[in-house]
Formats: sequence, C-alpha cells, structure tokens
Amino acid sequence: MSSTAAPSEAGIRKAVVAALRKVAPEIDPTAIDPSKSLRDQTDLDSMDFLNFVIGLHASLGIDIPEADYPQLSSIDAITTYLRGRMRQIPAEA
Amino acid sequence: MEAGTLTRWLVKPGDHVKRGDIVAVVQTEKADVDVEVFATGEIERIVVPEGQKVPVGTILAMLHVEGEAPAAAAPLPVPTAGAPPSPAPPPAAPAAPPAAPETRERLRVSPAARRRAQELGVDLSVVPATGPEGSITLDDVAKADAAGKPAGGVAPDRASAMRRAIAAAMSRSNREIPHYYLSCEIDMGTALEWLTAENAKRGVAERILPAVLLLKAVALAARDVPEMNGFWTDAGFRPSPSIHLGVAISLRSGGLVTPAIHDADRKPLPELMSALADLVARARAGSLRSSEVSDPTLTVTNLGDLGVEGVFGVIFPPQVALVGFGRIGDRPRVREGAVVPRPSVLASLAADHRASDGHRGGQFLVAIDALLQKPGSL
Repeated sequence: MSSTAAPSEAGIRKAVVAALRKVAPEIDPTAIDPSKSLRDQTDLDSMDFLNFVIGLHASLGIDIPEADYPQLSSIDAITTYLRGRMRQIPAEA
Repeated sequence: MEAGTLTRWLVKPGDHVKRGDIVAVVQTEKADVDVEVFATGEIERIVVPEGQKVPVGTILAMLHVEGEAPAAAAPLPVPTAGAPPSPAPPPAAPAAPPAAPETRERLRVSPAARRRAQELGVDLSVVPATGPEGSITLDDVAKADAAGKPAGGVAPDRASAMRRAIAAAMSRSNREIPHYYLSCEIDMGTALEWLTAENAKRGVAERILPAVLLLKAVALAARDVPEMNGFWTDAGFRPSPSIHLGVAISLRSGGLVTPAIHDADRKPLPELMSALADLVARARAGSLRSSEVSDPTLTVTNLGDLGVEGVFGVIFPPQVALVGFGRIGDRPRVREGAVVPRPSVLASLAADHRASDGHRGGQFLVAIDALLQKPGSL
C-alpha cells in the first residue's frame, strides 16, 4: 500500500502486452513496433480497444478516462501514460 | 501468383484425355498445382516444355477437342492466380457446393494421417508438411489440430465451410433480391456529447460505445417502418413482430457472422452494450447459440472502425434490409448559415424492392437520424 509498490516500467509493459494478447490472440508482440501506432499495426476495433482498456484496469487497477484514449496510441505511449497515472494514484483500490 | 514453372507433363501428344484429368504439374509460390484439362479430347502438341517458367495465362499445350474439326485446337491455360484449393468437404458443410475449382493442390499424405485428419476435421490443404518429399505425417496433422484451436480462433475447416456459407447466402441475395440503396449523412454531435458525459460517469467496464447508440436507433426506427424488419417468403413479405438485430461481426481468422441481439428495441442502452460485448466475444470464440444465428430480422453492419466512409451492403436473405454505418468523424457541415466541423456518420440502407419502395426506405433513414438527435430517449 505504499507508493514504492508501483510496478516497474517493465512490469507495466508486460501487463500492456498481456492485455493486448487477450483481446487479439493472433497478435505477435515481437512483431509490433512499440513506438508506432498500435491501431495501424493491429486490427483492433473499438470493442477490442474498450476490452483492452478494461483488461488494463483489471490487471493494474487504473481506470482510464475516455478523454485520455488519444494518449494511448502506441505501446510506448501507453506505458508512459500508465506510469504517470500510477504515480498520481499509487494506492487506487 | 504471376508465374509458375511447369515441372512435369503427365501426358504426351496423341494421348486421349477426359475433362478433369490431370495433365501436368505446375509449381507456384504457394504450392504444386495439378493442371486439370477442361475438355475431353486428344493432346495435339506440347507447347511449354518441362522446367520452363511461364506467366499466368500462357498456353501450355494444344488440345484437339472431341467432336470439333481437327483445326480447332484449344489451349491449356496456366491456372489463374488465387484459384481455390479444393479440400475435402467437411462433414457438416453447408448445402451449397463450392464452385468447381480449376486447380487443386497436390498433397502427399500418409493414409493414417488422412484418416486422422478426417476424424479431427483438419483441412489437409493448410497443414504444414514435414515428412519425406513434403508429405504430411500423422504428427503434422496432430500439430495442426492443436494449432487450429487457439482462443478466438476458428479451425481451418470451419473457416472454409464459413466461406462457402457466405458465398451461398450472398450469391442467393444478389441473384434473388432486387436491392435499392439509399444513404444519409447523420450529424452525431449531439449524440456523442451526450455519450461522452454519460461515459464520464461510468467505470471503464460500464462504458457504452457509439455503435450501441446506432444499433438502438435502428431498432427503434424499425418499429416506425416495419417494412424493413422481417422476411421475404414465397407468400410475400412477412413482417416480424419482434426486432432481432443481426450484427455483422468479423472474425479474426477471416469470415463473418451476423448473430442477433434479441428484442434490441426493448433493451436499455447499458443492456444493449453488454449484449453486444457478449455477442462479439462469443462470436469470436465460436460459441454462438443457434437461435442467435438463425433469427435476425434486420442486420446492421458497421465498418466505421476501419475508416471507411460508408458501406452499401448485401442483404442476408430472407431478410429484407441491411443498414450500414461508416466512420464517425469530423466533417464540414452547415449550421445556422456557417460551415462548421461536426462529427457525422454516413448511414446507408440496402433494402429489398419487393418488400418496400425507396420512399419508405428514406423514411426509415430519416427516423434513424431523428432518434440520434435525441440520444437521451434512446
């Protein structure tokens, strides 16, 4: 319950990839360029994307507001965004 | 495929051949292809020798077709690109037979592997071969069977059966249904503002997608224009008392299903959202219920996520209409005399002219538009 318990960047990245694989099992994470647009590299529709966000919420406990979706463009951007959110609210239930 | 190498002739000049006989083997990027002869007759002359690489469409040999004057020699074409392979039809194949393929892949399969593949329903034409001379072994079949069952995947034999089912339904539709098409650009500004405010109050798992507003508006509009909701039968149009919205869902392994959300007009938005999420998940996992698959009364297809502007669909018989939506995005619109950017969506209707006329179709699209301007009452 202390702020030092926030997961590492590697841990967050792992959770991101796991959530992605759950909605799109055919994705090969090693074939995805983490710096480039996720939607351009995968066939995610809006339902998939919502399920991806739900998956992140389930594994990391971070509720991502809809208004922040534009910040979730690539795996790198998502990781950076989530780290920032977890520092803000390290102990969200 | 643009070219192939003729690796082997199985006939020589003077040989008598029957339509469907395999006369040569052509190696392509994808597979060795058996070249079937398209008519019965006598091989007159070989044009392309073994070992030569030739473009698609090249004449391979001259055939003296039975019953024709000797001068009339017909060419043997190189099989054209993308010609479908012809795997053995799966036991539960849909009624429609596949179109007669012009080529078929030549497979080396051990008898035991072939039997096992049949038991497991594995399509041999897609099994990677590791045996001697590129043959498929029992082990290859077992591996393909295991690989064909990932979460959300569709086994290859099911995928090919699905392709045939889609082919049959869509061919019937274009053959029998006199479609007419209408479209209408709908302002989504009010609806999206309302939805954004609504979703801000909701946790991530309770959020509603814009697609759900579109579905609900279609379902409610079908109450006003019942000519869009029901079936065309031998006795004419039979309207449906219930509104079961078929939702076109593309599968990750290819193909599509259009299961129904029952009584979509009576479901509040949150319930419609969970029904849609559940349906998409189960459709992709291959676990739909037979009632969902069999009884949509009107179908909606939404290709907006791909970025297309609009979609003019093919009606699923015996239904009589299909509503399509393109991308929701900012477009210039005139409001109060000024051009302003507003989010909008292109709604389209493909409808059966036997069941309705363009006038009613137009009223249907206008009703959808009007409903989307009052999102709070959806």
